[in-house]
Amino acid sequence: MADTIILEVARFHPERDAEPTYQSFEVPLRGDWMILDALNYIKDQLDGSLTYRWSCRMGICGSCGMMVNGVPRLTCETLLTNFAPGPIRVGPLDHFPVVKDLVIEMDDFLGKLQKVRPWIVRKDDHKPEREFIQTPDQLAVFQQYTLCINCMLCYAACPVYGLDPSFTGPAAIALAERYNLDSRDQGADERTDVLSQHDGIWDCTVVGECSVVCPKHVDPSLAIQQYKLTATKEWFKSWLLPWGNK
Amino acid sequence: MPQYRQFQPKPYPPQMSAYWYFDRWPYLRFVLREASSFFVAYFAILILVQAAALSAGPSKYAQFEACMRSPAMIILNGITLAFLLLHAVTWFNLVPRVMMRQVLCKSLPDPIAAAPNYFIWLGATAIIGLFILRII
Repeated sequence: MADTIILEVARFHPERDAEPTYQSFEVPLRGDWMILDALNYIKDQLDGSLTYRWSCRMGICGSCGMMVNGVPRLTCETLLTNFAPGPIRVGPLDHFPVVKDLVIEMDDFLGKLQKVRPWIVRKDDHKPEREFIQTPDQLAVFQQYTLCINCMLCYAACPVYGLDPSFTGPAAIALAERYNLDSRDQGADERTDVLSQHDGIWDCTVVGECSVVCPKHVDPSLAIQQYKLTATKEWFKSWLLPWGNK
Repeated sequence: MPQYRQFQPKPYPPQMSAYWYFDRWPYLRFVLREASSFFVAYFAILILVQAAALSAGPSKYAQFEACMRSPAMIILNGITLAFLLLHAVTWFNLVPRVMMRQVLCKSLPDPIAAAPNYFIWLGATAIIGLFILRII
């Protein structure tokens, strides 16, 4: 195996460049290095102006998501040697505006996340006198969705979001479903207003790549399809039992 | 736009090729799955035409059969069969995602949820096959 590997890294300077270009860097090919280690090597040793996000280096913070050879991945969890002999093409996450080099603007995602109210909503305002009791079975219903780290790889993998940026998107819907399924939550009706719109669940055409690329094995596609089922049931109930909502 | 962003340089807007589905195999597979609906519609119309020919008498049905024996129709129907199989398998595999997951408080594994469709499909195919082969 060669001692080095070529990384083709996307470069974009908003005050200089009309569009991103790729710059090649030769980095050491070490068995224990992730793509992020190679990017850190470039920044430390070759070109200090390279700009990218990272923080925890252990797949928890969700900051270092990038396109690696066209597939969205967490660079802190992707071994360099998986792509030997290279070259490896590293770009910013697809479907997001590029601020500089590998840094994308995440405002759209954060706005959508806030819209679905991803926290426990209670109808009664007063503070509870004791903790809410929840059984292991009740926890198991939504537990997988709690693992989402907001890395936005699912958005980069979703062609529907790329074609129609108004789509609420996989992670936001999965997190909404996480709270809808939580036995302590009472905010499902409020979330329905956002999720049941055309830009919500009904925009999803079940490509399924959001679930494939998720580094935490959350299944956003399942959350969306399950919520379609819930929304359909609620719609039929509102027709058959119109007095039920009064 | 927040005021502090007023003088920031503009980010590069996301671009998406019109041929995005050629970028990765999963996307092409998705588009083929969606396109298979056209072949399902074609096959449904073909069966209606066949039924009409059958009810119009032996000579009309012989004409229909002759038409079906032409190389172009054999190729078209071969392609249609491939797309119908793709359509059936991909949609059957999606069934566990769009049905109630909780049965008797237990989550149903995906293969078990999808299995009844395959059994019904095979059963129906076997019955029709036996009928066509005049075994029953």
